[in-house]
Amino acid sequence: MAVNPPARPSALSRLGTLLNAAWLRPVLFLVFLVVLWDVTIRVFRIPPYQIPKPEDVLVTLWNDWPTLLRQAIPTTIATVEGFLLSAVFGVAAAVLIAGSRTIESYVYPLLVFSQSIPKIAIAPLFVVWFGFGMLPKVLSAFLLGFFPVVVSAVQGFKSVEPDMLDLARAMEAKRLQIFRMVAFPHAMPAIFAGLKVSITLAVVGAVVGEFVGSNDGLGFVLQRSIGNFELPTMFAALVVLSLIGVVLFWVLDLIERMMIPWHASQRHDLVIAA
Amino acid sequence: MAARTLKLVDTAADQRRPVIEMRGVSKTYRTRDGDVPSLKPIDFTVAEGEFVVIVGPSGCGKTTLLKMLAGLLQPSDGEVVVEGKAITKPHRDVGIVFQTALLLPWRNVLSNVMMPVEVKGLPRAEYEQRALDLLKMTGLEGFERKYPWQLSGGMQQRVSICRALVHDPKIVLMDEPFGALDAMTREKMNVELQRIQRETGKTVLLITHSIPEAVFLADRVMVMSARPGAIAAVYEIPMPRPRTLDVLADPRFVEMTQKIRAHFSDAHID
Ligand SMILES: Nc1ncnc2c1ncn2[C@@H]1O[C@H](COP(=O)(O)OP(=O)(O)O)[C@@H](O)[C@H]1O
Ligand SMILES: [Mg+2]
Repeated sequence: MAVNPPARPSALSRLGTLLNAAWLRPVLFLVFLVVLWDVTIRVFRIPPYQIPKPEDVLVTLWNDWPTLLRQAIPTTIATVEGFLLSAVFGVAAAVLIAGSRTIESYVYPLLVFSQSIPKIAIAPLFVVWFGFGMLPKVLSAFLLGFFPVVVSAVQGFKSVEPDMLDLARAMEAKRLQIFRMVAFPHAMPAIFAGLKVSITLAVVGAVVGEFVGSNDGLGFVLQRSIGNFELPTMFAALVVLSLIGVVLFWVLDLIERMMIPWHASQRHDLVIAA
Repeated sequence: MAARTLKLVDTAADQRRPVIEMRGVSKTYRTRDGDVPSLKPIDFTVAEGEFVVIVGPSGCGKTTLLKMLAGLLQPSDGEVVVEGKAITKPHRDVGIVFQTALLLPWRNVLSNVMMPVEVKGLPRAEYEQRALDLLKMTGLEGFERKYPWQLSGGMQQRVSICRALVHDPKIVLMDEPFGALDAMTREKMNVELQRIQRETGKTVLLITHSIPEAVFLADRVMVMSARPGAIAAVYEIPMPRPRTLDVLADPRFVEMTQKIRAHFSDAHID
């Protein structure tokens, strides 16, 4: 209060604080990329039927946002449903694999092998089996999101210290108690790491599902706009799609913070809270 | 003859009830790469309230011995008897402290100490008071709601000692409990542990690599030979209690540590 700092450093430091805000940096980088996009098109004279101008995409976003938003709903639902399925079945599979050598020896190699099958190539099969509509999209999102959850969760369950297990067993803990009180909470950070990969892949899965077997959703919009050479619409749909991915990821991050405040990656919040 | 036998039985330590009895206990691990003999047949008895320290080279089967006492491992031969019962599975009579505190990071201090109570389904209210008393006794009053990562290494290990004591076991098994602490903290913890043992009257079996620590803490030091382990010698440590850190300079103390160290002049202790 007593000492008034000179105006210039104050303004500078305020700008510095603003630049340090975590949310601003990616925004600045995004602006930079958009400028780069614009400049590239001008310098190399890329025709708009190959890459649209940023302002055309913005105009399309502005004009078509009700349609885009409406089409985003089925895509989001398919993503979330597929993701939830991968979370539930992924963790359950990991529990079995980590809990039994026998199950692991039968299942895990096959599961890893199954990852070399291009899942996008079997998406049309879902349409053959389940027809048009929600189900093939959800399944395709599930299929893409499942594996990362299993791998991370297995790793999480298996990384419990052997001494910790001995300690729990010496307390006469039963298997279920060890799982509930030790292994599961211990695996939580790893599970969340898997879930975060899974949710972004689930978006991809839902869109692929819409490519092959749907007449709504952003995947459908993408495909149709490419067919009609409406590149600004296509780019606008991509922007909305990325937004869905970002928001879902962010929600998951929030849930993680609430569920594992004890984990090292979250501790700074806890110190502030305490 | 009979009189002599009687006189032998009459010594102070033997008058007390045996809490741990190892009868011809040996252990061979059966692995895919063949058998690993880890312990030769071992016989020894620990009396109630006695503080026994085991020293021996790495891999001589100290941890194995401790796990058999906890019921975590079955002996290949012989019998492990605790409180008159042969041990075949984990049981109520032990609390264990490992080298690392092994506290669950999502539980606060009190909740970590209460874990055995929860697992065993003991009455919560009653044992919570006991947990609080133990925390107070170990100088952790005021830290009940703190999380493990907010505590120093020495404090964490004290929490794990409280956890080993909370269900009021007869025996506390400690596997190199202070091995991860710095030298200063370690000495402090030794004094603390002696006090805790005197206050609670527990029977303690402690494993260490530090010969001074062994002599400072023990009523008896058991020296083990390299793998497959066997008892090489047993030394009574007659120095009176409570011992302060001043005994480290006591000639009897120095003599005893030298005697024990002589066992490891060729085999390396680490
Ligand atoms: N689960 C196991 N399988 C096979 N061998 C083991 C196992 N655990 C310990 N051993 C072997 O038994 C011996 C004694 O081990 P341990 O009791 O841990 O020794 P210490 O605690 O004295 O260092 C070591 O040589 C070790 O390699
Ligand atoms: Mg050991």
